[in-house]
Amino acid sequence: MSNEYTRITKDGLWDNNIVFAQILGMCPTMAVTGSATNGLGMGLATTAVMVASNALVSMVRNVVTPDVRIPVYIVLIATLVTLVDVSINAWAHDLYKVLGLYIALIVANCAVLGRAEAYAQKVGMLPAAADGLMMGLGFTFALTLIGGIREVIGSGTLFSNAHLLLGPAFAFLETTVITDYKGYLLMILPPGGFLVLGFLLAGKRILDKRLAERRVAPAAMPEPVAG
Amino acid sequence: MTLKQLGKLEKLRAMLGYPGAVLGGIGLLTSGALALADRATLEDIKAAQDLDMQQSLTQVLPGKYENDLLKDTVVLPGPDGELTVYRARQGGKVVAVVFKVQARGYAGPIVSMMGVDRDGKMLGVRVIKHTETPGLGDKIEPAKGEWIHSFEGKFLGDPPAEKFAVKKDGGVFDQFAGATITPRAVVKSVKGGLAFFAKEKTRLLEDGVQP
Repeated sequence: MSNEYTRITKDGLWDNNIVFAQILGMCPTMAVTGSATNGLGMGLATTAVMVASNALVSMVRNVVTPDVRIPVYIVLIATLVTLVDVSINAWAHDLYKVLGLYIALIVANCAVLGRAEAYAQKVGMLPAAADGLMMGLGFTFALTLIGGIREVIGSGTLFSNAHLLLGPAFAFLETTVITDYKGYLLMILPPGGFLVLGFLLAGKRILDKRLAERRVAPAAMPEPVAG
Repeated sequence: MTLKQLGKLEKLRAMLGYPGAVLGGIGLLTSGALALADRATLEDIKAAQDLDMQQSLTQVLPGKYENDLLKDTVVLPGPDGELTVYRARQGGKVVAVVFKVQARGYAGPIVSMMGVDRDGKMLGVRVIKHTETPGLGDKIEPAKGEWIHSFEGKFLGDPPAEKFAVKKDGGVFDQFAGATITPRAVVKSVKGGLAFFAKEKTRLLEDGVQP
């Protein structure tokens, strides 16, 4: 069983990462990664929705028939997103002022539906929720990375406005990487998202290839490490 | 779920109306959840918005005033329908007024709150609602940029009406790199607000009876 969770973790964070491997959820990936903070906020909100939606879909999996599963999942996801939206608005209003713009976008993230369809409807609640958590964290990692790169090249800062998202305690995250930087608009505008994503995808391929080669090499030795 | 229940479920599943019933049932449950959530959050959201309103009122009114602005209002026909004007008093005399203005931005309406003193001079502007692009257009928020302060002290005449625009249109206000439509909309709404003040000045400033 623990093996299952190791796989879920590895899949979500790297091997089957929503952005870098499945190339899903491109709408928020391109739209909100103008800065690392925005990427982080969107990623965390999406993670919350994915954990809940995966758990719910797994819960109703024996009741729902294949013909109506897509509308049922969509209704569930849309409801969850709305619930998250109104609760943040009511009880974390300062956070809402930062994240409010993006939360409704989560419904349009096909990765949420994708996980319901590809995984959660086939397994029990616990692995389904774990998958939502790991996929969400992988998504958060990808968005923060893309946002960070675009922000450094585009505006010369990193994690600007982090205190609005995480509270004043995290103001130390806000750094000016390049002082007196004039800004490079292309990176902030949508093309920057495509450029950075393209380079990152290529980079991941190269890295995965290297890792695979390295994994093959020790296998030739007399005592391979069990794994 | 026990085997017996599963067997029963299998029989149900075979029925023609089953998928529709499931979809309808889920729809009912989720609408119920949404209705409950709406009721549970309604008051807190209202309170948070009132607090926001109070804060933006205070921000566009740097001076002193003695009355509760949320209660001392007049409703007049404004540029976009009826407009509620909040009045700040000192010694019973209206010293400044605050009202909302709006214009269409890049991704929807941008609503701002603006404060104007007796002489028509801008005390301040705050954008209270917008859906502009994060990272580009959202520099109109004071938390993300200084731009919104550029209105302070301006009035119709300084700059002259034709220069009351963003620099790209030959005016005096900066635009943002990559986002001209957003600041243009805010400038336009503020200009409209000043024109409204000039037109309704006498009615806005009449001291009347303090509520």
